[in-house]
Amino acid sequence: MLSRVANSIYWLNRYVERAENIARFINTNLNLILDTPPGVVQQWQPLVVTTGDLSLFQERCGNATAENVIQFLTFDSEYSNSILSCLRIARENARSIREVISSEMWEQINSFYFMVKDAADGQIPFEPQDFFSEVKMASHLFAGVMDATMTHNEGWHFGQIGRYLERADKTARILDVKYFLLLPSVKDVGSTLDELQWMSLLRSASAYEMYRKWQHRISPTGIAEFLILDREFPRSIRFCTMQAERSLHQITGTPAGTWSNPAERALGRLRAELDYLTIEEVIQTGLHEFLDQLLQHINGVGNNIFETFFAAKPIS
Amino acid sequence: MRLDNYDPGDYYDELFMGKGQPRPQATPLIERINSLPPEELQQRQQVAQKALFKLGATFNVYGDNRGTERIFPFDVIPRIVSAPEWATLEAGLKQRIYSLNCFIADIYDAQKIVKDGVIPLDLINSAKGFLQPCVGLKPPGGIWCHITGTDLVRDKDGQWYVLEDNLRCPSGISYVLENRRVMKSSFSKLFETMAIRPVDDYPSHLLESLLNLTPNNLSDPTVVVLTPGIYNSAYFEHSFLAQQMGVELVEGKDLVVVDGYLQMRTTKGLKRVDVVYRRIDDDFIDPLVFRRDSMLGIPGLTNVYRAGRVAIANALGTGVADDKVIYAYVPEMIRYYLGEEPILQNVPTYLCWNDKDRNYVLENLEKLVVKAANESGGYGMLVGTCSTAEERAEFAKRIQANPRNYIAQPTICLSRVPTIVDSNFEGCHVDLRPYILYGKDIYVHPGGLTRVALKRGSLVVNSSQGGGSKDTWVLAN
Repeated sequence: MLSRVANSIYWLNRYVERAENIARFINTNLNLILDTPPGVVQQWQPLVVTTGDLSLFQERCGNATAENVIQFLTFDSEYSNSILSCLRIARENARSIREVISSEMWEQINSFYFMVKDAADGQIPFEPQDFFSEVKMASHLFAGVMDATMTHNEGWHFGQIGRYLERADKTARILDVKYFLLLPSVKDVGSTLDELQWMSLLRSASAYEMYRKWQHRISPTGIAEFLILDREFPRSIRFCTMQAERSLHQITGTPAGTWSNPAERALGRLRAELDYLTIEEVIQTGLHEFLDQLLQHINGVGNNIFETFFAAKPIS
Repeated sequence: MRLDNYDPGDYYDELFMGKGQPRPQATPLIERINSLPPEELQQRQQVAQKALFKLGATFNVYGDNRGTERIFPFDVIPRIVSAPEWATLEAGLKQRIYSLNCFIADIYDAQKIVKDGVIPLDLINSAKGFLQPCVGLKPPGGIWCHITGTDLVRDKDGQWYVLEDNLRCPSGISYVLENRRVMKSSFSKLFETMAIRPVDDYPSHLLESLLNLTPNNLSDPTVVVLTPGIYNSAYFEHSFLAQQMGVELVEGKDLVVVDGYLQMRTTKGLKRVDVVYRRIDDDFIDPLVFRRDSMLGIPGLTNVYRAGRVAIANALGTGVADDKVIYAYVPEMIRYYLGEEPILQNVPTYLCWNDKDRNYVLENLEKLVVKAANESGGYGMLVGTCSTAEERAEFAKRIQANPRNYIAQPTICLSRVPTIVDSNFEGCHVDLRPYILYGKDIYVHPGGLTRVALKRGSLVVNSSQGGGSKDTWVLAN
């Protein structure tokens, strides 16, 4: 498969997943605010922090009001990680590889983009809750259509890698944000507000119901364990890493547990680390410090994949 | 909406002989349209347009950095070509393409046609599409023009004329196929009752023509479509054709010359490419030989091509026959290479480099259509009948400054087809671009792109100038 094509399908999936995650955060926060007791300041800044683009936001929009944050993260066409920009880039990638993906995939991404664009242009009324749910569903639809209509070949596997790396990255960021910023002060720990926030965090990852089935009580350690280490929950970091590794080995044909290029080595190492890690060790390291390292590893895997498969190497 | 009151007026109409008098081949269509409830036709039209947009059957509008895409407006009333009429066109096009190929082969080889005094050497050497580096090239099977889109028009008296031959990268076939797909669902009953020749097999014929070029009879050749990328106006078509043929769509940056072969960069290393259907003009294809500033092409491709290690369709250098001055000589080519009379006529053409013609052109600008020799898409053109005195003065200046670059033709009153304009039927002018493939044999694809001028009274049908398209039904009997 052409390197450019592999690169495009990888980013196509990353950007759709990214758009979905932004919609998740915003929607969860909108819900959370409805439950916030009077007198407690609405928290919008953490959402921007999750994206890692806080300083850019402050420079462009100033204060983190609901309106500013939603506009920035959803419709700002100059901000490359807004939902609108993500979908524009995803669609552009899809357009450049239309002959490789199924026409159903193209039609889905095409109408997805126009749905968001029409909302951005004010062509359809903007009902935040409905809109963000629709974005989430459109992303699921895309993943489902891709799964059901495209041959599970090399290209499909590159798409999977893109989707799962992006998801692992976002799950880590959500968790980190709660730990650092949602917690206004120590006296709130264990309060109703605290519990509501942890629940909303689980909802950001569509993990609330699944978490409840696994462990009934809401506890910070339990949630961290679930979102980092669960083997079966499709948005946990470990699950994402396992799936990405599986697809990578399908592409190269290298047997599991061995490696033939830096990408496989980096990803295999990360997966193995998660396989044998306990949540106590994570807490001991410090959740934020742990997540910070994890994000760097995920990032490193992404770079290795680029170097191994996509980069146009100079020809001597 | 009914066609009872449609009046073709003083024009040649493709569907009507006179008011209330459909041509025999169009009768079932007209009856069907008249039987539809009011509004139905417009609804179908809207559904068709939406379907095309959803499919992404769009073209890009240049000069708009937000990447505006438009669909090529589509009208649901088809144009119909009877079987005997088509037989004549088909024979005429085969004769023309065969001669054009003889000409290109000759002009890059012995130049007999020049030596025998049929075409002046000056005209060849000054043709922008004539590429010195291609002299002496021997493309596989001696075939140069593998894919041609020839523009035909019909005058008031019903006579067909060739307006121009597009031998570089003719566009539009994807609309022919997509329009048909939409029409089949809009008028399924008619397709059952009328013997309309199918068009869906174009990608198979194209692939066969490309495979026919494979060097050294490789058993599993790699064929690619080469596109300038997603910002090209015809990107949809490039992608569509690659998809329909099941071959790779590549950009210049995917390709590289290594070890004397053209290769593409894949996730598993380099892979050899054997046949390139290029949709990039000659000028941009190899920065080492042609335009140095081109980012679209592949450095060194020309050498690989000269060595016979890759085949290119259309062959490099084919554009010489796209020149509108060379076009004027096609009837002579047919006589010279085939010893036959042309079946299809050219539009009478005045060549401004010739003193007598130029004087006539300058004195009669308001009656003529003036065209630059190498422009396309309706650019660089003066339609005398609709021009202002300033525009004519401007063109007179340009012609005098560079007479070789201009031709002029009398205004042809293009034939018309009823078309939905603002919820009414109106006669709109059309042309026809059939697609001709030269593989083992010459194949004329039945039908082609019917472009329609949607602006009232306009004779300009180009998509970039606000034209639309219609399905073309060639009847089998």
